[in-house]
Amino acid sequence: MSAQLNALFSDSYVDISQYRDQHFKGNRYEQEKLLKQSSTLYVGNLSFYTTEEQVYELFSKSGDVKRIIIGLDKVKKTACGFCFVEYYTRADAENAMRYINGTRLDDRIIRTDWDAGFKEGRQYGRGKSGGQVRDEYRQDYDPARGGYGKITQLQRAPEPRHKF
Amino acid sequence: MSRRRHSDENDGGQSHKRRRTSEPIEIEDRLESLICRVGEKSTSSLESNLEGLAGVLEADLPNYKSKILRILCAVARLLPEKLTVYTTLVGLLNARNYNFGGEFVEAMIRQLKETLKSNLYNEAVYLVRFLCDLVNCHVIAAPSMVAMFENFVSVIQEEDVPQVRCDWYVYAVLSSLPWVGKELYEKKDVEMDRLLNQIDGYLKRRQKTHLPMLQVWTADKPHPQEEYLDCLWAQIQKLKKDRWQERHILRPYIAFDSVLCEALQHNLPPFTPPPHMDDATYPMPRVVFRMFDYTDAPEGPVMPGSHSVERFVIEENLHCIIKSHWRERKTCAAQLLSYPGKNKIPLNYHIVEVIFGELFQLPSPPNIDVMYTTLLIELCKLQPGSLPQVLAQATEMLYMRLDSMNTTCIDRLINWFSHHLSNFQFRWSWDDWADCLTQDLEKPKPKFVKEVLEKCMRLSYHQRIVDIVPPTFSALIPANPIYMYKYTEESNGTSLPGYAVAIAVSNAIKNRASNDEILTVLKDVPNPNQEVDDDGGEGFNPLKIEVFLQTLLNLAAKSFSHSFSALAKFHEVLKVLTESDEGKLHILRVVYEVWRNHPQMIAVLVDKMIRTQIVDCAAVANWIFSPDMAHDFTRLYVWEILYSTIRKMNKHVQKIQKELEDSKEKLEKLQLKRKDSGDEEDMEKNSDEEDGQLEEQIERLQEKVESAQSEQKNLFLVIFQRFIMMLTEHLVRCETGSVDFNTPWYKNCIERLQQIFLMHHVTIQQYMGTLENLLFTAENWTITSWPCTSSSVPCSMYLSLFCSPCSCECGKQSLV
Repeated sequence: MSAQLNALFSDSYVDISQYRDQHFKGNRYEQEKLLKQSSTLYVGNLSFYTTEEQVYELFSKSGDVKRIIIGLDKVKKTACGFCFVEYYTRADAENAMRYINGTRLDDRIIRTDWDAGFKEGRQYGRGKSGGQVRDEYRQDYDPARGGYGKITQLQRAPEPRHKF
Repeated sequence: MSRRRHSDENDGGQSHKRRRTSEPIEIEDRLESLICRVGEKSTSSLESNLEGLAGVLEADLPNYKSKILRILCAVARLLPEKLTVYTTLVGLLNARNYNFGGEFVEAMIRQLKETLKSNLYNEAVYLVRFLCDLVNCHVIAAPSMVAMFENFVSVIQEEDVPQVRCDWYVYAVLSSLPWVGKELYEKKDVEMDRLLNQIDGYLKRRQKTHLPMLQVWTADKPHPQEEYLDCLWAQIQKLKKDRWQERHILRPYIAFDSVLCEALQHNLPPFTPPPHMDDATYPMPRVVFRMFDYTDAPEGPVMPGSHSVERFVIEENLHCIIKSHWRERKTCAAQLLSYPGKNKIPLNYHIVEVIFGELFQLPSPPNIDVMYTTLLIELCKLQPGSLPQVLAQATEMLYMRLDSMNTTCIDRLINWFSHHLSNFQFRWSWDDWADCLTQDLEKPKPKFVKEVLEKCMRLSYHQRIVDIVPPTFSALIPANPIYMYKYTEESNGTSLPGYAVAIAVSNAIKNRASNDEILTVLKDVPNPNQEVDDDGGEGFNPLKIEVFLQTLLNLAAKSFSHSFSALAKFHEVLKVLTESDEGKLHILRVVYEVWRNHPQMIAVLVDKMIRTQIVDCAAVANWIFSPDMAHDFTRLYVWEILYSTIRKMNKHVQKIQKELEDSKEKLEKLQLKRKDSGDEEDMEKNSDEEDGQLEEQIERLQEKVESAQSEQKNLFLVIFQRFIMMLTEHLVRCETGSVDFNTPWYKNCIERLQQIFLMHHVTIQQYMGTLENLLFTAENWTITSWPCTSSSVPCSMYLSLFCSPCSCECGKQSLV
């Protein structure tokens, strides 16, 4: 009929980001293909105290949620501030990217990104201390994410000197 | 290990993909960009930008004419909010190149025919409007436009066509008049008067029984919720009285008048409206949503009146902007706030009104609900000094008018407000709403606050809610969402029948017992329904269900995931226990008993149980309408469960239907392929097998579809049967007690029934025969369906069903 005006009607909230999972089993092309078909979202910047129920409530606003997997500290096995949200359809996940990404959950601006699909083991943080990598290196104080970043914590509380 | 070549990767939607560097495509992109973004982010005036662009395009015409035509046709259809910018551009091009102007008009007419054939009626309106504005730009001769309008209006004489068809043609004419009324009246006033008289006659005789079902408020004060054609007619009448003086629309072509009036005009070819087809889906009628008037914007520019044509144009344009940019909330907010002419109107009020109008639209908003929440947040970010106040004022007004607001709209308000608050630390002046504390809890205002707090709690946690409201609001605070397990010492459960088995089951589960082992343990549970266990303990045993499920849910109470795992692990046991319909009903009762303080948990468990076929949709409907749930019947969570159940049922049917269609297509393709490739012997042998397999599959799927449709029909039957029973009981009770039947409960009930009909009228229409026979020919009820004169197909008319005692004395209740 007529042109589709692609330049004008972009859908940038739904585009895949620059992030690629370094542990992904497969090449870049395969990962990108999965990302573009995925109905699973990674959700980051959660408070450690955010519950599965809260995530369900918020993400149900863009469609029926199939499954939520709360991200865990590998050592402590407690929530460490991220999760996966899987929808039954891609369309519902796209609406979450358009309308829930960048809004607040538990008073924090959360960030959603496409995920290639949950696999056992991916629910654990990959930081050296057990939590997420970002919590290793950050220097700010965030009471909802265990206070200071892990490295900063160690710097602030140096090894106690042995007194005689 | 990539099994594909990279050149196979050909997915669309990536605007920054590396393109082949061949020139024509780059140039098409450039042309598209130039045209689409004309006037944006420029220090020069719109007029000089248009002048420049016209020059560029004129130069490109010899080589890129068809591309330019295509792009201009597209902007006419897809960017209606910038209508006059592009008609000016076309006007300038026509002045420089008469042939191009003619070809463009022809292309537009072709496009109009195609959009009408494709049921894209909303876009077709924009095309008609574009053609009209081309009259203002001296591209199209006014008399030929009037002739087209005459053909449009002649549709109202057609017999045996749906009213919505005539509505559309009338709307297409009326809604273009703000742009072109003046010009057409100057050239052809006699003909135009005749047209308007015909329209007047049509509007007076058309049916408007749909109106009460679409209104957001039942009260006419402070603003009546007008039927859309009535409102538009009033606006056009006023415009006519003002001698078609319209000052709001931005008209860049005025600056080019000297150039444009030198241009030669084209005549529109005679346009016959395509005949009505059975599969046509015309737009639904609608109601004009108004919540503000000039008294509400205290300072600054005055809000145009409800029957001013300015109001129509502003609302149209704002709706169009949302329609264009719904995917990109930041762009959408920016575009809304940079509406041309914004300094002369209280733009924030218009924007808020238009957004709420869409959010509350019945039966459904044009976009998903959450989009409006996020859009309003973006708008607050862009205008932090002014928009939040308008939003707060709007919220206050909506609260004040809750008593007459449609229940479904209240639901949306609850969801919007709670989600909005959760983005702003739940800050609200709750004390302003202290008036609700003295009212009965079933009245709309306290009910609203209660439901809002419940939703707020779901997005946070119980203590947070306790902290954010004044202590006076404690009666409205939701219950602490903890579970109730009956087989404990603390709750005096030791004397309950089945207590011992509950302990045994609990231990068994903790020791990782299998499904069979659990069933063995459960054999010890006596059956209160039977004197003698004559069927070996296999029949419906409510106590068994209670003992098992209460214990299981107790052990798995920690989180949703734990509960889902538990349901999955003991799926077998649950299937055995819920084989009968009574079993299914009872399991829902037990879920409610355990989790009645945590409606969200009930909802997700019911959802899971439907999806894993532990219960079916009809059982959920029966449970919701059962006496056990009567006291929660008006609570939002109950209806969210029912709506979700209906949705799941519909999706299930659609899924199997699609599988059937796909298999049929596959078979067809195979058969075609074989026909084409000639008749080789071994191909025939294989294909017979393949055919046979596919045919078998199709047969199986056909059965599956029929069975699913039967389940779907049964679900609606259950729902309507139970509704009618409840409503009848209520009416009888009120009559004998000589009380007014129109209680808050009744309003809630009727409006929910209405909503189910509106939402699912297409599906329900399929089963209308059965429903009419079984439900509505009972002596007490009559049903009036829409005067849908095209009998074979729904064609966007829906049944109007709301209940009121029949106005004549026949004693029948009429679902009018």
